[in-house]
Amino acid sequence: MTATLAAPVPRSRVAPTLDRDELLRYGRHLLLPEVAIDGQRKLKSARVLVVGAGGLGSPAALYLAAAGVGTIGLVDFDIVEVTNLQRQLLHGTRDVGRSKLDSARDRLHDANPHVKLELHATRLTAANALTIIREYDIVLDGTDNFATRYLVNDACVLLGKPNVYGSIFRFDGQVSIFATEDGPCYRCIYPEPPPPGLVPSCAEGGVLGVLPGLVGTAQATEAIKLILGIGTPLTGRLLLVNALDAEFRSVRVRRDPACPACGTRELQTLIDYDQFCATSGGDGAGLDAVPQIEPRELAIRRASGEAIQLIDVREPHEWEIGRIDGATLIPLHRLRERLRELDASAPTAVYCKGGTRSALATRDLLDAGFRRVWNVSGGILRWSREVDSDIPEY
Amino acid sequence: MSLTVSLPSVLSRLADGSRSLSASGTTVGEAVADVTRRFPSLTTRLVDENGQPYPFVTFYLNDEDIRFNGGFTASVRDGDELTIVSAVAGG
Repeated sequence: MTATLAAPVPRSRVAPTLDRDELLRYGRHLLLPEVAIDGQRKLKSARVLVVGAGGLGSPAALYLAAAGVGTIGLVDFDIVEVTNLQRQLLHGTRDVGRSKLDSARDRLHDANPHVKLELHATRLTAANALTIIREYDIVLDGTDNFATRYLVNDACVLLGKPNVYGSIFRFDGQVSIFATEDGPCYRCIYPEPPPPGLVPSCAEGGVLGVLPGLVGTAQATEAIKLILGIGTPLTGRLLLVNALDAEFRSVRVRRDPACPACGTRELQTLIDYDQFCATSGGDGAGLDAVPQIEPRELAIRRASGEAIQLIDVREPHEWEIGRIDGATLIPLHRLRERLRELDASAPTAVYCKGGTRSALATRDLLDAGFRRVWNVSGGILRWSREVDSDIPEY
Repeated sequence: MSLTVSLPSVLSRLADGSRSLSASGTTVGEAVADVTRRFPSLTTRLVDENGQPYPFVTFYLNDEDIRFNGGFTASVRDGDELTIVSAVAGG
């Protein structure tokens, strides 16, 4: 089966020729009709950004370099520590104490001196992500925290760059391709991160050293397939790697029409991901540093006659499913342009489906000068459970 | 109905180390309740205080995300497989 994705490398980019050294080096590729000289030239013209030069980034970058991907960008700001060496094969014992980028540059240059390396010695942030990622064809997510994963996802969705995702913990790994034209994104599977501390990091919970080898290599495989336009990509599937039981299987993942990134596209700029991940709660409250109001309290205050301006920041198709009586529909991405319709002096409650979008809206309203604003905790889902069960859950 | 429930390693420790469990119920929600009844320490890891799925734990019934098929009200049949996948961020 042939990949149905649009070629990530712009057709306008002239595929470079291969010299004698390269023809020899890539001889085993050239024997494959699916690669051959044309494919090898595609690889040489490709630009892949590897975010994180750690467990996943190590095998991924090594195989991408060995395969002849012409330009590899690396983002990292860490120093090599001895505890990295159990799994991070870009770095050796003699590299302990060096920057990971310096170590990676030396190792990758040795693996393939034909590859151009672009080193980004920085933490990927909302301030620099779009600028960095824009210059590449494909992003390979090898980060180690939820905040950067959501950042990479959202930046890739905004820029239309395929995000070859991998993550690991203990004996389990996950691989997929997000942010393609029709496929799902990371938020479609995990709309919100776990609250801090619920899911330990590898530093806290451990990871089998070879596991990032399996997962990072799978990511490199998918990136190479995307560049070559061969095979069946992992788009729409989440590959689950269970190293302990030697199981590889995939489950189907779909684009969520309500996904704020790739579904409704209400997320039109990058947000504060540290805050997003630091404050997301198990009840889906998201940004719960903003003032909250419990559904029951809101219901009691409205029933007692208090004039509370109620704003629903969901999308119209969600509004059709059910709504709180007396609410005004203003989808989150329209909020700023419709502020004039609202009374900034009136007490205001904002709700969405689960509380995340409305937390963003609450913050926006506070920033806009509203003095008494609350996010309805748990959104309309919690309202449905605690106040009005006639409103369907969805 | 009897179905098989697969747990990720991050949660298996809360089920006496088992990654594969048998569960009974007519819906996904009932099957999950059966699991949490037998392994109470899994409860807060699988469902929120309202008994609903978290946005960072995904339930796949025969490889399909239940969010698109009725959530916890999705009906199950004998021999179905429920795969629970938790968000992890290691890299």
